[in-house]
Amino acid sequence: MAIDLVGVAEHALATLRRLGVQHAEVSVGTGRELEVSVREGEVELVKEASSSGLSVRVIVDDKVATSSTTDLKRSAVEEFLRRAIDMAAVSEADPLAAPPEPSELSTHVPKLELFDPRVEGFLADDAIAMARTAEQAAFGYDPRISSSEGASFSRSSGRSVLATSGGFLGQKDGTYVSLSVQAIADDEGGKKRNGSHWTGSRFLEDLEDPAAIGLEAAKRAVASLGAKKLETGVYPIVFDKDVARAIVGLVASCILGDAVYRQRSYLAEKLGQAIGSRWLTIVDDPFVERGPGSRTFDGEGRPVSRRAVVEDGTLKSFLLDTYSARKLGLTPTGSANGGGGIPHSSTSNLYLVAGDRPAKALLQGIERGLFVQRMMGFGFDPVTGNFSRGAEGFLIEGGQITRPIGEITISRNLDGVLHGITAVADDLSHKTATSSPSFLVDEMTVAGA
Amino acid sequence: MGGLNVVRSQAPFAPGSAAVDHDLIDRVLRRAMESGGDFADLYFEYRRYDAVSMEDGRVRSVSGGVDLGVGVRVVAQAAVGYAYAEGIEPEDLLAAADTASRIARGGGGVATVPVRSLEVTDRYPVASLEIEARERVELVRRADTAARQADSRIVRVDGSLVVVHKEVMVCSSRGVTAYDVQPMVRISVSVVAKSGDRIESGQSGGGGRFGVDYFERVPPEAHGQEAARVALVNLGSEPAPAGTMPVVLAAGDSGILLHEAVGHGLEADFNRKRTSNYTDRIGEVVASPLVTVIDDPTLSGSRGSINVDDEGEVPSPHRLIEGGVLSAYLHDRITANHFGLPNAGSGRRESFREVPMPRMTNTLMVAGNDDPESIIRSVKRGVYAKRFSGGQVNISNGDFVFSLIEGYLIEDGKLTAPLKGANLIGNGPEALTTVSMVGHDFELSDGMWTCGKDGQSVPVGVGMPTVKLDELTVGGTSF
Repeated sequence: MAIDLVGVAEHALATLRRLGVQHAEVSVGTGRELEVSVREGEVELVKEASSSGLSVRVIVDDKVATSSTTDLKRSAVEEFLRRAIDMAAVSEADPLAAPPEPSELSTHVPKLELFDPRVEGFLADDAIAMARTAEQAAFGYDPRISSSEGASFSRSSGRSVLATSGGFLGQKDGTYVSLSVQAIADDEGGKKRNGSHWTGSRFLEDLEDPAAIGLEAAKRAVASLGAKKLETGVYPIVFDKDVARAIVGLVASCILGDAVYRQRSYLAEKLGQAIGSRWLTIVDDPFVERGPGSRTFDGEGRPVSRRAVVEDGTLKSFLLDTYSARKLGLTPTGSANGGGGIPHSSTSNLYLVAGDRPAKALLQGIERGLFVQRMMGFGFDPVTGNFSRGAEGFLIEGGQITRPIGEITISRNLDGVLHGITAVADDLSHKTATSSPSFLVDEMTVAGA
Repeated sequence: MGGLNVVRSQAPFAPGSAAVDHDLIDRVLRRAMESGGDFADLYFEYRRYDAVSMEDGRVRSVSGGVDLGVGVRVVAQAAVGYAYAEGIEPEDLLAAADTASRIARGGGGVATVPVRSLEVTDRYPVASLEIEARERVELVRRADTAARQADSRIVRVDGSLVVVHKEVMVCSSRGVTAYDVQPMVRISVSVVAKSGDRIESGQSGGGGRFGVDYFERVPPEAHGQEAARVALVNLGSEPAPAGTMPVVLAAGDSGILLHEAVGHGLEADFNRKRTSNYTDRIGEVVASPLVTVIDDPTLSGSRGSINVDDEGEVPSPHRLIEGGVLSAYLHDRITANHFGLPNAGSGRRESFREVPMPRMTNTLMVAGNDDPESIIRSVKRGVYAKRFSGGQVNISNGDFVFSLIEGYLIEDGKLTAPLKGANLIGNGPEALTTVSMVGHDFELSDGMWTCGKDGQSVPVGVGMPTVKLDELTVGGTSF
């Protein structure tokens, strides 16, 4: 059943106007999802559903309230909006909370290819077949693969409309599909080693070969057999691209306007200063072709643009929604998220710009170091930059990977990590909205044996 | 059915409602089982939340809303067909049943049996969940003011309060219906402290299955002061050590150790799939004889407590490790069936949009005989870990981490310098085998623990006495 998203949004806005609300944002959306998992060849889950919802932010006399509902019947929506207005009365006036001026809103929404009808129409039986292929490849790789957490396929598709009291009306549609495998190999002392790998994209045709995903998961499980601690000390660290992006994500958490004005970022006072080595160039680009984080307008209806956040090590810009920009006395960057909720600053596709060498070349010249392929835990304090996390990977000796390492932590202040980046590889891909190529950090403390 | 809950029902499916009667439930279950399957169940959920957030002394926003829907599940051995409807319209429920039924291939329809309502004991009777909006604002303001007044070095305070009224009803094709009202209140305060060029943060929060009565037990001021205290301690923190050493875990929060090092690995889905390091190890020694671990859903008012689980079963305490010996896993219906056990009771889910799976509730270590002071005195050089922000485990190799946010160096049996945050890392069975002292001071954490698994979050509780581990790796920078 197709829902008239624009119709529902416009009716809601008109109702709010009639009830005397000065400012409002309404977001109406629908989504469909399919999730399938297969384990040891047998289907374990087929989940299929569709959902829809409306969320709203109302501002009455500079007082803000937000709410959401899944009941889109006209009468229900009207009742729902009245309750939201009632809630605002309890809030406190904040003149900075007003939405952008109408003149600041996007008038031309560019076209981006973010919706693949083939993803939305992909059938459960085909998903099961794809997951089976991936899992079989894992079991076929090595007899030491003893079990499997299974292979999972999921697809989601959504359409949503943002309508604001300032006159903005925009629609965004998107799809995303992914396939993951986790393979298990038995180790000594009852320990098991799991290896996982996955592929994801907005378009079906961009998914990697399912068998290759299964194979890589199995390879990782087998390669980590016999993992041991490393002696406590200081080592050069090569971050594989899948963990490197987590480091870029930490930088992201410190350059968002919300963190900056709330004094929860060690970068708050560093605009224009060197925050990393010359290899550190980080870009926020909403226009990446088929990018998972791509968008054509932000959550307040402002136009969006590509922006260098860090350039050759210098912090150039924060990412700001209207509120955080006003708090900081800076210009908004079209980085709001959460249309219909409290807008907050957000990244689109945020990535570390690729270097010029293959990832393998990062190992060259390292006498004794650590290649990190997985990290665990949440040991990062944005206020101080203090960083300490669990890690798994491989010892590097004489420029070569020699043996698997586990049950250790790596730590150093993020400021030191970013200044310590001495080489960046060329293996960037936009599988996730925040992404990074592999890179080398000159030294970090490893705590282990 | 129901009746024991003091709080008045709001859900349109509550017992005695006209909108959802036996006939409708029966029709939907029959439709779900039309292609066969072992059983089917419906999970009705009504969730109303009211929240207020305050930034720097001013209310930033007031929010609230209602979520209502039904999850339909069909189970054939370990295979699950799942769909949900956002609402309780009969045609939407039947459509969801059709979708879920496709998992079962072949076989005819299975007759559902007449409905029997489950008797539940209420572990969290709440006189009233109605906290007036202005009162919610006032509660957060009290916490805010207390934090601000704690010290002139506190430069920023943010706070929030969330009150959730949730009602669930589980109806199974096996003829059992269970209904429960599940209240939850949560307050949170975070502060930033500044001194010279040092800047640090502190956070405190708490709550549980209470109404406004929670604040008679723990006034909001206590959380404001505690957040300020942690930030001020950290202003003087020094780099944490790096390496393997004795670690004393303080009573309360440190229970996160059990959640990560033991709990997840004992969730029976991982053991059915043979992906956990505890697979096939029931009856084996997996910890020091001083260690007894229980997952207890029946604690009064605790955040992780449940009167019925999300598969409609009345849960009881699960003894997981008894004197160091692994004694049980945590089961949902699928794993209980797989292992040939009569009872499950640990099936939980985030919402009607998600499938249930084995989950923890309140995970606890039973108190021992040691005096907490003497435990600290027994350590020549090590770390005293007081507060944690969270943790994670790799259930296959058993390695776990947890993030220390307040800790102290122990030198010659005395607490000395406060330490900068660091991760602690260990291996479940190996770390627990090094437990050499267990205090008599059991404490339940008044934390805001939320456990994530396969993308689903559920509230949990943790607790333990003061415990000494002879060896754990501390992930600092100084060595």
